[in-house]
Amino acid sequence: MGETKGESYLLSDVKDAEPAGLPRVSSGDVRSNRPMVHFDKVQKSYDGETLVVKNFNLEIRKGEFLTMLGPSGSGKTTCLMMVAGFEPATHGEIYLDGQPINSVPPHKRGIGMVFQNYALFPHMTIAENLAFPLDVRGIGKAEAEKKVQRALDMVQMGDGSFHGRRPAQLSGGQQQRVALARALVFEPKLVLMDEPLGALDKQLREHMQLEIKHIHESLGVTVIYVTHDQGEALTMSDRIAVFNDGVVQQLAAPEVLYEKPENSFVAQFIGENNTLLGKVKAINEGIARVELPDGEVVEALAVNAGPGERTQLSIRPERVEIDPDESVSDHTVTARVEEVIYLGDHIRTRMTVAGNSDFVVKTRNRLGARRLDPGASVRVGWATEDCRALDHE
Amino acid sequence: MASTDGAIKEPILAADGTPLKQALRRSQARERRAAFLLVAPLLLFILIVFAVPIASMIWRSVYNPEVRNFLPQTAAALQEWDGEDVPPEPVFQAMAADMIVGVEKRTIGRAAARINREIPGARSRMMRTAREVDEWSAPYREKFLETDERWSDLDFWRLLKRETRLVTPAYYLLALDYEYTADGEIRPRPEVYRIYKALFWRTAWMSMLITGICILLAYPISYLMATQPTRLANLLLILVLLPFWTSLLVRTSAWIVLLQQQGVVNELLVALNVIDEGGRLRMIYNRTGTIIAMTHILLPFMVLPLYSVMKTIPPSYLRAAKSLGAHPFRAWWRVYFPLTIPGLAAGCILVFILAIGYYITPALVGGDSGIFISNLIAQNMQGSSAQLKLAAALATILLVAVLVVYWVFNKLIGVDKLKFG
Ligand SMILES: Nc1ncnc2c1ncn2[C@@H]1O[C@H](COP(=O)(O)OP(=O)(O)OP(=O)(O)O)[C@@H](O)[C@H]1O
Ligand SMILES: [Mg+2]
Repeated sequence: MGETKGESYLLSDVKDAEPAGLPRVSSGDVRSNRPMVHFDKVQKSYDGETLVVKNFNLEIRKGEFLTMLGPSGSGKTTCLMMVAGFEPATHGEIYLDGQPINSVPPHKRGIGMVFQNYALFPHMTIAENLAFPLDVRGIGKAEAEKKVQRALDMVQMGDGSFHGRRPAQLSGGQQQRVALARALVFEPKLVLMDEPLGALDKQLREHMQLEIKHIHESLGVTVIYVTHDQGEALTMSDRIAVFNDGVVQQLAAPEVLYEKPENSFVAQFIGENNTLLGKVKAINEGIARVELPDGEVVEALAVNAGPGERTQLSIRPERVEIDPDESVSDHTVTARVEEVIYLGDHIRTRMTVAGNSDFVVKTRNRLGARRLDPGASVRVGWATEDCRALDHE
Repeated sequence: MASTDGAIKEPILAADGTPLKQALRRSQARERRAAFLLVAPLLLFILIVFAVPIASMIWRSVYNPEVRNFLPQTAAALQEWDGEDVPPEPVFQAMAADMIVGVEKRTIGRAAARINREIPGARSRMMRTAREVDEWSAPYREKFLETDERWSDLDFWRLLKRETRLVTPAYYLLALDYEYTADGEIRPRPEVYRIYKALFWRTAWMSMLITGICILLAYPISYLMATQPTRLANLLLILVLLPFWTSLLVRTSAWIVLLQQQGVVNELLVALNVIDEGGRLRMIYNRTGTIIAMTHILLPFMVLPLYSVMKTIPPSYLRAAKSLGAHPFRAWWRVYFPLTIPGLAAGCILVFILAIGYYITPALVGGDSGIFISNLIAQNMQGSSAQLKLAAALATILLVAVLVVYWVFNKLIGVDKLKFG
């Protein structure tokens, strides 16, 4: 381990550290080109009959905040457990900082981990919980105390009243902070978090999202974060790996994932989405002409569908205009208003478009915004690049 | 937060002005009454079949009525006597009067038997004198001494005076291998009679050994049960509970078949040439037999609390410890083991307390060297009234020992922290 950089990040003052995401670890370090974690064709099966993780390839850069997002049972925790060493990979190899780790036992991997239920040791005080990883590393008492204090300061629990308490005497949010501090106190280069905010209420969750993000930025550690809350993933991540069925459906930055989904699963899973079923008639310079069930023909970006194939068009609700003028939309179709829902800052209008009665249009509630009446017939339209022709699942 | 600190000095009042605490108590009185009525039958039952017999047993172990009830006048007259010389005339006169009454009521024999236990031969002398005494007249002292010169024996009178006490520690002394000398001193009994103290110790160390073996066997099994899928865990549980479901006799004969010198284990060892014909092991009708059989029977009492505690420990604790860099053994020792202590302690206290009072198994497979104090209590309970009292004293000592063990556990671990299942 030739690196000295970032090795004792808890002893430098966290508050003064530059908030930029990556530079601390990456600047001028040759080895930093190597990914922090590299999944190489990893497969996992628990029962020898079904693959929970199928041919999983992923490179996670140093200092990156990568989120694994996916529905329940999609294999997110399994992947995390393979990195941590609690589940062996059935096939393939995982590299940590360039070293294969399949045969390294968990306690020698030096990876920090925050568990969903926090897993704070109930028979130890907060200070003892935090000192545990330092103690097993043989770090002296005085230095350990200093590090514990730093770590508690970092999660804003350093005022001394918490040191002697047991985990059961803390609120959920406080326990979460302690778990975070414990995973960071021994200064691992990689921290794994498995739905760490799952047990908190909405407000606290949003607060902690920002706090974790700030800590990540100021420390420059690599974080693999697991969640099935897409809002959380979009807020916090540098990149998101969308999981389904043991396969990464798309790996991209949040805005790319939202605006340019590669397939219909991602389009459906991330954010709100309108789907129109159709058939690709022709593709010309990346633009597909798609025939809808009611015979109308619209144009869409040909992302994941070939000529003659059935396709699923994806349009975000806020990108749809009602009665648009020529300058914004290339194309309009007929729609019938089914329901109007007033939501304060915006208005949702549910319509039937080309046989889909769940077509939602979101309009900002600005001055003079038009309220439609159910049953009315209107024209709606969108820009061609906002309409993506994806695979038909 | 700071504003509420220290502000709660004076009692908070309910809406009608009574202190809140009092109002709360009143509002809960009804529920408390209902709760009491619910448990009242059980309370009564326990009182009748448990508390009362135990109190009567303790009373019996110190109760010493014979001399006082059956020689009442002598007992009163002896209070004046200083014990230095042959008692004066009033004592003999009282004795004569008591004897006359005693013969009439046929109680004199019981008093004589009581004294005979301490001074052999005293019974026949008393009975002989008692048959003649109604023909005598005062002064009695000479008549007594003429009839039998042993009436001048000072030890006899001293004993009589001592035994006029209604409450005596004599049976406790016996139970601990001590006795009174003729002049009222306490001394150890002769070597050949000293059996009880050694037996108490044997009961204690063998119970500790059995508890220890139970820990060694139960801990891994419980861990396996707690970490395996329910189906396998239930199968293991059934195996552990098997001793509860087989009758005592079946179980015991199984042990005999297995462990006797011509038994399965010995045959196997001989067949494998581990031991030769002459070296067959004695594993039953001795200490080994008691230890093996009792460990088997008491094992579930260790497994069940351990299992129930281990089942509540999420596997993520051990994983967290390992992810924090602890070697698996260290993780287990620092994180898992401390969390199992409530179950372990409960198991220990159950097994140990059950073991020190165990009777039937040592009686069946313990031979001479493997019996427990309970076996001697049982033996004494079949005997004379004096043996019955000795049995009561032994049982009371055992009861106190159990309470002391419980108290020590409470001090060390805290009973409220124990988890019995
Ligand atoms: N120990 C195990 N033994 C057998 N099957 C398992 C085991 N753990 C997980 N599985 C199966 O593997 C699949 C993926 O599970 P995993 O826990 O990785 O999902 P997840 O993406 O973390 O879901 P969630 O969001 O609900 O936590 C599921 O179908 C699950 O039933
Ligand atoms: Mg999971």
